Amino acid sequence: MIKMNNTEALRQVQDDLKSQYDPKKKLVTICAGTGCRGYGCIKVKEELEAEIKKQNMDVEVRATGCFGFCEKGPLVIIHPEKIFYQQVKIKDVPDIISKTVAQGDVLEKLLYRDPQTNETIMKEEDVPFYKKQNRLVFGQNGMIDPTRIEDYLIIGGYSALAKALSGMTPEGVISEVKKAGLRGRGGGGFLAGIKWEGSRRAHGEPKYVIGNGDEGDPGAYMDRSLMEGNPHSVIEGMIIGAYAIGASEGYIYVRNEYPLAVIHLTMAIESAREAGLLGRNILGTDFSFDIKISKGGGAFVCGESSALFASIEGRAGEPRAKYVHAVEKGLWDKPTVLNNVETWANVPLIISKGADWYASIGTENSKGTKIFSLVGKINNTGLIEVPMGMTLREIIYGMGGGIPKGRKFKAVQTGGPSGGCIPESLLDLQVDFDRLYEVGSMMGSGGMIVMDDRSCMVDVAKYFLAFLQEESCGKCVPCREGVRRMREILEDICAGKGEEGDVELLEHISTGVADGSLCALGGSAPNPVLSTIKYFREEYDAHIRDHRCPAGVCKALITYSIDPGKCTGCGLCIKVCPTQAVSGEKKKAHAINNDLCTRCGACIESCKFDAINVK
Amino acid sequence: MSKVSDIKLKTKQIVKKHKGDKSALIAVLQDIQEAFNYLPKEALIAVGDAMGIPASRVYEVATFYNAFSLNPRGEHIVKICVGTACHVRGASAILDKFERTLLIKPGETNQDQKFSLELVNCVGACALGPVVVIDTEYHGQMTMAKVDKIIGKLKEGAQ
Ligand SMILES: Cc1cc2nc3c(=O)[nH]c(=O)nc-3n(C[C@H](O)[C@H](O)[C@H](O)COP(=O)(O)O)c2cc1C
Ligand code: SF4
Ligand code: SF4
Ligand code: SF4
Ligand code: FES
Ligand code: FES
Repeated sequence: MIKMNNTEALRQVQDDLKSQYDPKKKLVTICAGTGCRGYGCIKVKEELEAEIKKQNMDVEVRATGCFGFCEKGPLVIIHPEKIFYQQVKIKDVPDIISKTVAQGDVLEKLLYRDPQTNETIMKEEDVPFYKKQNRLVFGQNGMIDPTRIEDYLIIGGYSALAKALSGMTPEGVISEVKKAGLRGRGGGGFLAGIKWEGSRRAHGEPKYVIGNGDEGDPGAYMDRSLMEGNPHSVIEGMIIGAYAIGASEGYIYVRNEYPLAVIHLTMAIESAREAGLLGRNILGTDFSFDIKISKGGGAFVCGESSALFASIEGRAGEPRAKYVHAVEKGLWDKPTVLNNVETWANVPLIISKGADWYASIGTENSKGTKIFSLVGKINNTGLIEVPMGMTLREIIYGMGGGIPKGRKFKAVQTGGPSGGCIPESLLDLQVDFDRLYEVGSMMGSGGMIVMDDRSCMVDVAKYFLAFLQEESCGKCVPCREGVRRMREILEDICAGKGEEGDVELLEHISTGVADGSLCALGGSAPNPVLSTIKYFREEYDAHIRDHRCPAGVCKALITYSIDPGKCTGCGLCIKVCPTQAVSGEKKKAHAINNDLCTRCGACIESCKFDAINVK
Repeated sequence: MSKVSDIKLKTKQIVKKHKGDKSALIAVLQDIQEAFNYLPKEALIAVGDAMGIPASRVYEVATFYNAFSLNPRGEHIVKICVGTACHVRGASAILDKFERTLLIKPGETNQDQKFSLELVNCVGACALGPVVVIDTEYHGQMTMAKVDKIIGKLKEGAQ
């Protein structure tokens, strides 16, 4: 890539790329995101390339970032017809090339089949999972090879930066972002423009901007997919932010478990630097700014702003008291703006299309779209991007396709370990920052973990508290001791040792933990407990009073038994049982000895006749 | 296992690569762990000396972050995802199964140094849950039956 010395040169490069691009030319895109890699998409891609070569064709195979519909990977799209193939296997490749690519014949068996109508659907945009989405931030993922800056430029990448540098003052950029109403996507939902303004006004050199890609919420992976699939969108947003604030240095803090994101971000930064979009005198102006990558060490608390600064500075990531705000004294005590990477990726859109356009999407106080990871007990697992204000019902049943195996929906957990569980009665809630907060949960980074009637709400509360105890940095007593005590109480309840008054005790400790903690980890730690008590109190009572786990999860409170009417005596369960708890004669109904059974669940997994019950 | 002199030499090279920059301590430790699979005591001392950081602070950082291990790890590192999405899909039963099969608890390495068992919170492949990452390979939709197969294969491969 040549170095571009002014905005005109950028336009020229974009135009050249566009003129070389033939939209009618055959192109095969394949998702190479982490989910699809787990399904073996890299081998499918290699096979596609080999087959094209074998058949002497001139067709590009482009490995892109996550398409979103990870449930059905590996995903392949044949352009220009945009034929959408799912669950593609190596053995499908010869037909894809010789029939679809060469002749335009559609392979029915690889199309998505709508379980409701049983009809096949040819194009991605017509699949119910995608239909109501508005993929402003995430949509380009499926078109670009994240390792090539050219792919980003051709779709108009870095035009927003050029617009800001050539026609807008830093104050103008800030007022646009304020007018757009952009709120932070990393947790708290703070207005980005206000933060930027504070930092612009603050004294101290150099100033910093940071992209938070720590993505600590378990069950959320949109930040990962964005950094992996469209790293330049994050980088462009950060450069624009740096210009607005007057920052000269930036960091992207990436989670240790995301090696592919690190590689793609590193390549993107290098190629942007080569192209004159990062470094000294960006696009020939007197604005200079550069970005470094800082890899986290796998501590959840490091997603918190002051802990994150400590981690970048090379220290243990302990939060500190915020008497002075980070916009004035952040990284190395210099003015710093920290935003989530998805927040940054929204910035180029706002600058390109304008604040009024942006503010027309979403609800009154939550503008734009949000990417959610729809996971857990849901038919269509994946990443969805929807306008703020979409109801939970539309998301879970419309896009998510409901609950697998005909089971019953019980709750959706949002906001990660700081969030709460939302029950069925609130499914018509319009999802935005404020509505989620009102019902005792949070937006968090956008995880939506769906649970069915086989998920125990007390167990879920215990799970989050165990997570938070493990991740608490231990600096303040209410968090360190209070969270531990709450976990112990929950463990007792799950073990059948709960007592009357435990729920009230949990509520009482919650107040102390929330009020007495230094950072939001402790401050919001009680949420998973309080929200489950609020909406699922009867489940706590069943554990405490009746020593019963209605969902069949808590080991001390359940028993396994074999239904003699269904059991065929096949003996499979005997083979897998680690404790010799099952016995029976061949071809006759078997039985489980409860004194030996450790409730490991292996027998259920093995039984093909659905003969084993848990109560 | 590497000799002490090798460890010291390699550590010095890594510190040099980061230009001795004190804020790069975490990155230095990450590189050392990548080289040796864990953080040898000799390396930690050498890092402190070479970077001018008190050993106590090096130790503080090395023990604060979950990604660092102060003990040698096995040839294969089995990471069980216990993130929320995998948890609701039965990750704890998979974890139990690994514990029974390998006879170790999370954080431990088995006697012949073949396997280490570790926990992670979400590896970003929730659609495949429950997920187990062994070395760099993702194993999705894990079942207890698959555990035996996978471990069996790895044991064979190791012989
Ligand atoms: C314990 C804890 C963990 C957090 N983890 C993350 C994270 O992984 N990613 C993130 O973007 N923000 C995280 N946050 C929120 C950040 O502190 C900060 O508010 C955010 O990065 C600001 O960016 P935003 O305004 O664009 O959301 C966390 C906060 C706390 C208290
Ligand atoms: S609230 Fe918890 S995590 Fe936050 S500083 Fe205090 S002890 Fe550390
Ligand atoms: S749950 Fe486990 S221990 Fe109990 S009978 Fe089934 S296989 Fe055996
Ligand atoms: S696996 Fe099922 S059908 Fe076979 S013996 Fe066991 S309970 Fe009976
Ligand atoms: S990783 Fe392929 S669709 Fe998400
Ligand atoms: S929770 Fe296991 S991969 Fe996300």
